[in-house]
Amino acid sequence: MKKLITILLLTCSLMTVSAQYPDGKQLLERIDRNMSSENRIFTSSMIIYGRRTTHTVKMKTWTAGEKKSFTEYLFPAREQGTKMLKLEEQLWIYSPSTDRIIQIAGHMLRQSVMGSDLSYEDLMEDNRLEGQYDAKVTGTEVIDGNQCWVVELKAVVPEIAYQGMKLWVDQERNIPLREEMYAKGGTLLKRTELSDVQRIGNRWYPRKILFRDMLRDGKGTEFLIEDIEFNVQIPEHIFSKASLKK
Amino acid sequence: MLALKLALRNLLGAGLRTWLNVIVLSFSFIIIIWTKGLLAGWDRQARNDMIEWEVGQGQYWQSNYDPYDPFTLNESHETLPESYRSAAEANLLVPVLITQGSIYPQGRMQPVLIKGIPPEQQLLKLPTGLLSSDDGDIPGILGKSMAESTGLSEGDYVTVRWRDRNGTFDATEVRIAGIFETTVPSVDVGQVWLALEDLQKMMLMPGEATILVRGSNAVALPADEAWVVKEQKELLSDIENIIKAKGMIGVIIWGILLMMAMLAVFDTQVLSIFRRQKEIGTYIALGMTRRQVVGLFTTEGAMHSVLAALVGALYGIPLLTMQALRGVAIPVSSSDFGIAMAERLYPVYSLSLIVGTVLIVMIVTTIVSYWPSRKIAKLNPTEALRGRMQ
Repeated sequence: MKKLITILLLTCSLMTVSAQYPDGKQLLERIDRNMSSENRIFTSSMIIYGRRTTHTVKMKTWTAGEKKSFTEYLFPAREQGTKMLKLEEQLWIYSPSTDRIIQIAGHMLRQSVMGSDLSYEDLMEDNRLEGQYDAKVTGTEVIDGNQCWVVELKAVVPEIAYQGMKLWVDQERNIPLREEMYAKGGTLLKRTELSDVQRIGNRWYPRKILFRDMLRDGKGTEFLIEDIEFNVQIPEHIFSKASLKK
Repeated sequence: MLALKLALRNLLGAGLRTWLNVIVLSFSFIIIIWTKGLLAGWDRQARNDMIEWEVGQGQYWQSNYDPYDPFTLNESHETLPESYRSAAEANLLVPVLITQGSIYPQGRMQPVLIKGIPPEQQLLKLPTGLLSSDDGDIPGILGKSMAESTGLSEGDYVTVRWRDRNGTFDATEVRIAGIFETTVPSVDVGQVWLALEDLQKMMLMPGEATILVRGSNAVALPADEAWVVKEQKELLSDIENIIKAKGMIGVIIWGILLMMAMLAVFDTQVLSIFRRQKEIGTYIALGMTRRQVVGLFTTEGAMHSVLAALVGALYGIPLLTMQALRGVAIPVSSSDFGIAMAERLYPVYSLSLIVGTVLIVMIVTTIVSYWPSRKIAKLNPTEALRGRMQ
């Protein structure tokens, strides 16, 4: 009888704890509301920490949904005027020095951009989490003084880059402050640290993201959002090859 | 016969001038034969190595596969038809699955081609036996150039990252089971070889391959829409074109050498005719026709090449034989060129090469000797006898 009471008490306490955790699906929806948008225009700086040197690239990006993106490099001078257009799985790069457009596709999309920890895909994609992953809140942790939910994500669709992810989601602002991307076999591939979260319109958004490819050495690549606008009208001609040479 | 004897006596009588011309001409002989022999040797070595390491007796390519277009790799895999599969099991075909990925040696990322090949294959010289493993780990082999560029050695573990057929990232540790030395950079530079079954599992592509290498005993397989036949000749055409292009440089070099030798012969001929006008007049006075005198001088000039062939043979035969046996060391690594080139090249001198070169040099020397000799036909014999310059 004593044992039964103990088991009942334990079960009740566990249920209480799990009831305190939010529903994973709803949490992903809230994250997507903050992080994803129909389209966006932003100016950013990418600080690439190399083995010996650090260099900064400044760019302006127009993104519509998950499939269309256009980026123009503004700084440094030698990269100024370089433009990238991504449509579906294809990417075109225009280099003003050669006045030529070259196409990048397939695996090359996963190559590092200018030696950074970001691939072309990382740089130009805006994938929603909801519908792609099954989420389960497994605990709480504090990151930089912010109480976070620890959320484990498992892909529910086969065609996805990362089968597993782990997020540390700010409980108040519903924004991930840390993300870890895992390979199918469980190897940690990438980690991003999101900080300087600010209120932009009706959403919270991180102004600073530190990307780290966990398989390589180095301090990673810092991505600073200088200016961002969500859900603004972007003319369709921006996402055309003709705009690369303009 | 008289002209020949006379020509030889005159030539030997000229002493040092003749021997200088002969030596320069003999250099041309030797260098032409040496450069052509070297290219022929390179051609033979490159062809043999390409066949033994990569091309086999021909290949079947999955219809989307284009080695020059990495965009095609994602779509270039296919399950083997039944007849092909039984040929592969009989070791008449070697299936190779090719995909792209990245490796992380010493914390650096490097894009690579990941190739899967059956460990038990014996058609290609790749040491694929090292890819068998019972320990549950994934063994891989690398070429020497790749090992040097990545700093990997036998026994090291390296992280390999790839995307499976669904585009999902995966990563694993690969143990470097062996490093092979090859002269064929297209099986070495920028690639890692794994066991076919391991790669098929990693890519979620069971029983699939990108190319099939045909062995010498391979029977003709029925045509299949998904597989394109690539004949050996076609697969070797790139290396042949490169060697042909290199051959052009050789032609230019020996063209310059030949021209220099011919200039010397031409100069000697002009000088002879100018200085030996009395002699020419005497020949005509003694009853030789102008044509015979022209013939005599042309023979004299042409005999330079005969003497040059003899002198060239004296030092050239031992020199060229030694090089054919010992080979010529190539100071740079073959991978620097991106083409199959051994560290030592063994020149090949065929009979047609030697006879052809001798004939070309003799014909050109004869033409060059005849050119200034034509002037004799215009000489006035009485003026010539008096030794007056004309």
